[in-house]
This record gives sequence, C-alpha cells and structure tokens, in this order.
Amino acid sequence: MRLRPVGILLLVFPLTGCNGWQSALDTHGPGAGSLETLFWIFLGVLATVWILTMLALVASLRTRRRPHADPLSEDPAANRQMTGTVGALVAATAVIVLALTGFSYAYQKRLMGEQDGTLTIKVTGQQWWWQVEYEDPQPSRTFTTANEIHIPVGEPVRLKLESSDVIHSFWVPSLIGKTDNIPGRQNVLELQADREGIYRGQCAEFCGWQHAHMGVLIIAKPKAEFESWRNQQIASASPASDDERKRGEQVFFTSPCIMCHSIRGTSAGGKVGPDLTHVGSRLTLAAGTLQNTRGNLAAWIVDPQRIKPGANMPLIQVEPRDLNALVSYLEGLK
Amino acid sequence: MSEAFAAPDPKELRDHQIGGPELTARLARTWGTKRGLIGALSTVDHKIIGRRYIITAFLFLFLAGLAAVAMRLQLARPESRLIGPDLYNQLFTMHGTTMMFLFAVPVMEAFAVYLVPLMVGTRNIAFPRLNAFSYYVYLFGGLLIWVAFMLNIGADIGWFGYVPLSGPEFSPGKRADIWAQMITFTEVSALAVAVEIVVTVLKQRAPGMTLDRIPLFVWSVFVTSFLIIFAMPAVMIASTFLILDRLIGTHFFNPAEGGDALLWQHLFWFFGHPEVYIIFLPATGMVSAIITTFSRRKTFGYLALVLSLIATGFLSFGLWVHHMFTTGLPQLGASFFTASSMMIAIPNGIQIFCWIATLWDGRPVFRTPLLFVLGFFFIFVAGGLSGLMLASVPLDTQVHDTYFVVAHFHYVLIGGAVFPLLGAVYYWYPKIVGRLMSERIGCWHFWLAFIGFNLAFFPMHITGLMGMPRRVYTYQPEMGWDNLNLLSSVGALIFFFSFVVFLWNTITSARSGSLSGDNPWDAGTLEWATSSPPPPQNFDRIPVVTNREPLWAEREMLPVAAGLSVENRELIVSTVSEARADLREASPEPSIWPLLAAIATGITFISSIFTPWAVVWGSCIVGVMLIGWFWPKGSKEDEE
Repeated sequence: MRLRPVGILLLVFPLTGCNGWQSALDTHGPGAGSLETLFWIFLGVLATVWILTMLALVASLRTRRRPHADPLSEDPAANRQMTGTVGALVAATAVIVLALTGFSYAYQKRLMGEQDGTLTIKVTGQQWWWQVEYEDPQPSRTFTTANEIHIPVGEPVRLKLESSDVIHSFWVPSLIGKTDNIPGRQNVLELQADREGIYRGQCAEFCGWQHAHMGVLIIAKPKAEFESWRNQQIASASPASDDERKRGEQVFFTSPCIMCHSIRGTSAGGKVGPDLTHVGSRLTLAAGTLQNTRGNLAAWIVDPQRIKPGANMPLIQVEPRDLNALVSYLEGLK
Repeated sequence: MSEAFAAPDPKELRDHQIGGPELTARLARTWGTKRGLIGALSTVDHKIIGRRYIITAFLFLFLAGLAAVAMRLQLARPESRLIGPDLYNQLFTMHGTTMMFLFAVPVMEAFAVYLVPLMVGTRNIAFPRLNAFSYYVYLFGGLLIWVAFMLNIGADIGWFGYVPLSGPEFSPGKRADIWAQMITFTEVSALAVAVEIVVTVLKQRAPGMTLDRIPLFVWSVFVTSFLIIFAMPAVMIASTFLILDRLIGTHFFNPAEGGDALLWQHLFWFFGHPEVYIIFLPATGMVSAIITTFSRRKTFGYLALVLSLIATGFLSFGLWVHHMFTTGLPQLGASFFTASSMMIAIPNGIQIFCWIATLWDGRPVFRTPLLFVLGFFFIFVAGGLSGLMLASVPLDTQVHDTYFVVAHFHYVLIGGAVFPLLGAVYYWYPKIVGRLMSERIGCWHFWLAFIGFNLAFFPMHITGLMGMPRRVYTYQPEMGWDNLNLLSSVGALIFFFSFVVFLWNTITSARSGSLSGDNPWDAGTLEWATSSPPPPQNFDRIPVVTNREPLWAEREMLPVAAGLSVENRELIVSTVSEARADLREASPEPSIWPLLAAIATGITFISSIFTPWAVVWGSCIVGVMLIGWFWPKGSKEDEE
C-alpha cells in the first residue's frame, strides 16, 4: 500500500518561493501580518548595518598605505580623529539598538493587547498530536476533536494552550507566532485569520520521537459554514447503517481500539488517543502525517509504527476482511 | 640575591649565577617531564596538558561534525528513511552536547592553558596538578557519553535536556542520566581550569605587566573564567536536581507534585546564555591578537576593548530569558530582556569598530590567520545582527525553535568562535610545533570552509521563516523545504571536507612544514619571546615587561628578572595590579595522584548513575586519593 502524503491540500495552496501554507512570510492574519512587517523593518535596518560594516572593513584593508616604521609609534592627531569616528559609530549603534527596541516594544504592545476572542478553544499538546476542545457556556455545546481547528474568518479566537505530558509549542506561522504548551500551566494565545483557507502549523518544541510529525491544521471558513461545522461536530456519531459498517463497528468494539479512543454516542470512551467521533470528516490522519484516505487509514491501523515510529498507537491484530469493515466504519464517521 | 657572591651550592643555584646553554639545560631538567608512561601521565607541564586538551577537543569536534553530516544526509530529502527518529534524536543531542560541552568550552580553555602562562611570562600555570586532574576528568566525561552513544544508550533529549521530556516519566532508561552526569564531569573540569586561569593572571604575571599591559587574549580568558565560575553552578544545580528527580524520586521539576517544568529552563539558560560568551569572548581575544600582529600596529582602543569584554561579561547574565520568550512570561519582564539583549550589541559594536580601526591604521599582511579573522567579520557580524531579531519578543515568537535560530547561532558560534579559533591554530601552531602550517593548503581550507559554511547555513534562515522547526528528523515533501535543505546538506559536506583539509594540513605540516624560528609573525607578545616550541621552563629568565607589546618595544633584548632557583621549581608571584615581583613560590612537581583522583571521581560519577550509594562510598575513594595527592612531602622551603 503506498502512503500518499497530504499532497492534495497543495492544490489549495500553491507553493512558490517563500509562500507556503506554513510560512511566516506568507501571512493571513493580523498577528502574523504585523510580525511580518516588523521582520522587514528589522531586516532592512540590519542589512544596511551589515553592508556598511563590510564596506568599512574592505576600506580598512587597502594596502597602499605606507606601514608605520614602528608599530608602537604615536600619532596623536590621527588617534583623536579615529577615536572620534569610532565614538560616532558606537553612538550610531546605540541609536539603532534603541530604535529597534522601540519598534519591538510597540509591536509587542499591539500584539499582546486585550484578549477579546469570543470563541475559546483548549488545545492540549500530547505526544504526538493535538487535542482540541471547543468550550461553550452550555455544556451540551462543548465537544472534542483532534489535530484540526476550525475557526470563523475575521474573528479573534482564544486558544488555551496546555500539555498533558511534555512541553510542546503551538505554532501556525501564517497566523501568529508560537506559544508553548507547558504541563502544569496554561498559556493563552489569540489568533485570527483574515482570509478563508487552510493554514498548517506544527509543534515547535522538541517533544520526543515524533516531534517531526505533530502537525495541526487551522481551517478558516465563513461564520455560517463554521456554525454548521460546529453543529455537526457537537452531534454524536451516527450509528452504522449498512452491513459492512455494522460489522466494522463490531470489530471496533471488540478490539483494543476502545481502550484509547472515544466515539461519542457509543460506549467507546477512551481518553488516551484522539476522539474519533467525526474522524471521517478530518483532512488528515496521525496529526497531519497522512492525507485522510481509505488507503491511508487502513495503513495507519495496520502498522502505525512504520508510519510514525514511537507513536503511542500500538500494533493490533486485525484480520484483512475485518480491516475493510473497520475502515468503512471509521470513514463513515463524518 | 646576596648569595651571588658565595660559591654556588648546586642546591642553591640561582639563574643569575649561570647562563647560556647550561642554564637552559638545567632548567629543562628541573621543569621537564619524565620519560615513559608514568612520566607522561604524571606531567604537570601546562604545555603538554594544553596540547592534549587541544587535540582531544578537536577529536570531539570531528565526532560531532560526523554526527552533523549524518543529520544533513537524513535531511537532504523529505521523508528520508536513512535515519529513524531514535537515532536522529541521539545524533542531534550528541552534536549539540559535544560541540558545547566537549569542544567549544574546552578548546578555548585548552588554548588558555597552553598560552596564558607563556603570555604572562611565567613558568607554569597556577595549580598545575589541578590542571592535570581537570584534563582527565574532561576526557572521562567525553568518553562516557560517546561510549554510551556507541552502545546505543546515547542521550536523546537535546543538549538543553528540557524537563519533563528528560525526566523519569518520559525518558526511562539511563540515557538522560548519562547525559546529566557528563555535564557534571565537564563542569568540574571547566571550573578547575577557570580557577587556574584567574590565579595565574592575577598572581603570576611577569614583573612590570601591569593591568593595562596584559595581552587582550589573556584579558578575554580572564573575564571568561569569571563567567565560568558564576555560570556553571547554575547548570550544576539543574543537572543535580534532574539526577535527583530521576534517581531518588524528588520532584523538583514535576508539576504534579509541586515542582515546576520552567525552573529547569531558568537554571539551564542562566548558565546557557553566559555559555555563549564563554565560547565567544576567548575568540575575541584571538581576533585581537591576530589583528594586532598582522596589522603591524598596536591595537586601537585597548581600554575600550577590555571594558567591552567586562561589560559583555556582566550583560551576559541578564539575557537568559530571551531563550524563553514563548513560554508565556509576563510581558513587562520579557520586554526588559529584550532591552538587555539588544544592549549587548553595543560592547560588541565597540569591539568590531576598534578592530577595523586597528586594521585601518596598520598595513595588513594577508596570511591564513588573518583570512580566518576576515571570515569571522563577514559571518559573525551577520549572525550578531540576526540575533537582534531574536532579542525582540514579538519577532522571536516566529523564529524561536526554527531553522532560523539554527542559522543564527551557527553564524555566531562558527563565525564568532570557530573561525577565530582556526585562525588561532594557524597563528600559534608554529609556537606549539616549531613549524609553520602550509599557507597554500591553509588558503584552500579557508575558502572551502567559508563557502561551505555559508552554503550550509544561509539557506536555513529561509527554511526557518518558511516554517521548518528545529530538531525534526524529517519533513513532508509538500512543505516546500526540500531544495533549501538539499543546498544546506551540500554546503555541510563541503564544510566538513574543509576540516579534512585542515586535519591534513596540521599532520603534514608537523613533519614537513618549514621551520618557524622563535617569532615567525614578528608578533609583540611574550609567548614569542621564547623558543618555538618552548622549553619545559618556558623562559630561561623571567622577562620584565615595559610595554603592552614587549617584543615590539624591546627589539634588541628583553630585560629580565633573575634570582629564581635553577634546581627547584620556582616561579615569581607578583602583585595583583602593579605586577611587582613579590615572592618566590614553589610550583608543584609532577604527580600521578591527579590521574588516580580523576579515576576515582570518574568511578563515583558513573556509578552514581546506577545507585545513589555510589556517592557515599565513591567519596571515600576520592578522599583517599586526595589525601595521597596532598600528603605533605616536606619541601626545602617548608624546612627553612
């Protein structure tokens, strides 16, 4: 079975140069946008300083001067002049440093202003996936999903960042800078997407074997679409209708799967692995590692350790005919 | 000195009573190292130990470089199956740990051990037996972690060892313990050398070497030694807490039991940021030495350079939080660290401008050491400036823990420390070996290193901004990072190859390089006032210093101080600021005890990975060794 990557998502976001769906220089939100501006300001100033320093260095290497007969000879006039030049350059350095500190502080104030997000989502980093819990004053409207955060376009969203094991860092470069998920603490991050689209993020703090495969997708869509998505996610899993899926359901409930995974509306209530209530509706599997297709799903179930060595999903024995049924069942959890 | 008039008693013989080859030979016998294995292992000669230190450190550089090449091969293509996550994590941990703890700090200290006594004009380093001990402890620590790696129990928690990932729950087995204990080894040896340097510089300077005549390299390692003394205890506490958490179930870092995961980061970076300057400051001393010599001009702004060193030393302790801007610290506190991190650009700026002014005022002679220093300017200034981006709290949230940071600190550390270090090797090689390194191969080495380095690390700025985090063992093809990564890998191979060229140059030049004479570069500092390589006693008579560049000021002959014993190891202890000759002091004889004590220390440290009781019985063995080491022998002076 060939493991097809999530290439299809590329059709949505063509990659050229510094553009990318996970790039700090191709920004789609106010947070990352002002960071990009700040970056170019810094780059402009610093590149100028570098070029001038190099020009001074090259100029100092001219070898046409006559050497001093005695390397220790004093030349008070030249020395005074040189002291003046160096002093001026140091003063200029101080001014530049002060200016950059000022810029930095101004942008920091702008970014870290009042938190006014209406939607609150708790994102818990785990080895090696993201648990996503949508909070709501009404307990019946809360729900849990994984590795995919849907948000309404143009609205600030509050993310509460936690960790259940080691330190992770939540980072979606095209929307906002990173903030760590630290066990025993909660950090808050505000995020907003100005345009519809799929933005990729990735864990940015080394967290063990599969740090490389700990992706997250932010899917920004118009408010109405978002609401219908939310309502669909709040609902419990729809029971299997056809025979194939019924058999798959049976396989699921008689195998170790239920030890770790939840499917709301059924007796599966494991909390170790991602919630699978609507797994069929997600774009990717295994935290952005595989595109969510039937083949990839089967491959992931059969041998997760080949795809993501070290992942906490164990090898389980599934008969080939059971596998088909199981995949049908999970695929149908839209 | 009254006995000058009496008939010389051989035991009382002093260096003004004889002269010429006889004095040289007698002093060499007094200060020499005995032949044979025991002799070699007992030596307390700072030059022999310094040479061993330098070679060992470069050996670790080579191993860490191999680890880097393996990682670059893995990252050359997306989803490569060459190296799995387990090995990859071990590789980057070994690379970082080795480069920081086993190469960069020790190699700088190694040069200090070799050069400082020569540059300040004394016969041996202060506490020479401690010096021997520190080398063995360092060697055992390095062997411990590399042997563990060969046995596939190499550490896999990164050189920064963040908890809880390195804690008992998420790193079962002994890998993290071995890593933490290796830190203990290197701490002990680094602290020992730091103390030796401080005392040597303060109390053993040649008469007349007042504070404002101390060579800039000596100033730089002097300031560095204080950084080591103040910074290392923080990581010592951190690694001890980690070992306690892992071995006897304390909960310093366990949030579930009232511990704190961020405590580790504060302690680690309180050491970790000064660490960068511990590596960088000695390199600035090398740059100063090379620029002065090859400009044929006294250093411009000596006082400013010294004050910059000291200012950098102080400021380096106020920056550690910029490694933690993404941990959710209070904003006001974070802004303070932005300001302090930016501020360090000022003393660094002063240094850069003073060096350029020195070049401007002189007439540069383009030999390999100067080439490397010019490479240093090109790379280090770029890396220092990109550091200002990391100092900004908001910008840091985008680039922290990405390949941008990897690019930045390789620009700073390779540009700022390794290029000057390579220049220093070309510069001081004739002093150590007596032969010059090949200029032709040196030129090849420089250009390969320069091009390879920039090809490897410049693209990483862009991969980082395009969203590639650090410490990932692979990446998916659709991320669009593959071409830049391939470029980095090609560059890394070229860079590695440049070191092979370098190795070739050092080996062949040792045999067939042209003889250098005592002072091949016409340099002005004291280490060139003796023969190359120097005799065991360094100087037949202790020079008297009249100028910052004594050999430029006294072209004919250096004035010397006389009166030291020829048959006993004696050196001059001078006053701290004026460097007036104060006392004649005995310097320790060779001894095997430092080696035995280091072995006992090694056994204690390694056994305590497995049982806390090793600390108890291990201390007893170490105690016995130390009693042997310090057993009073009754020297002539004691009897008087």
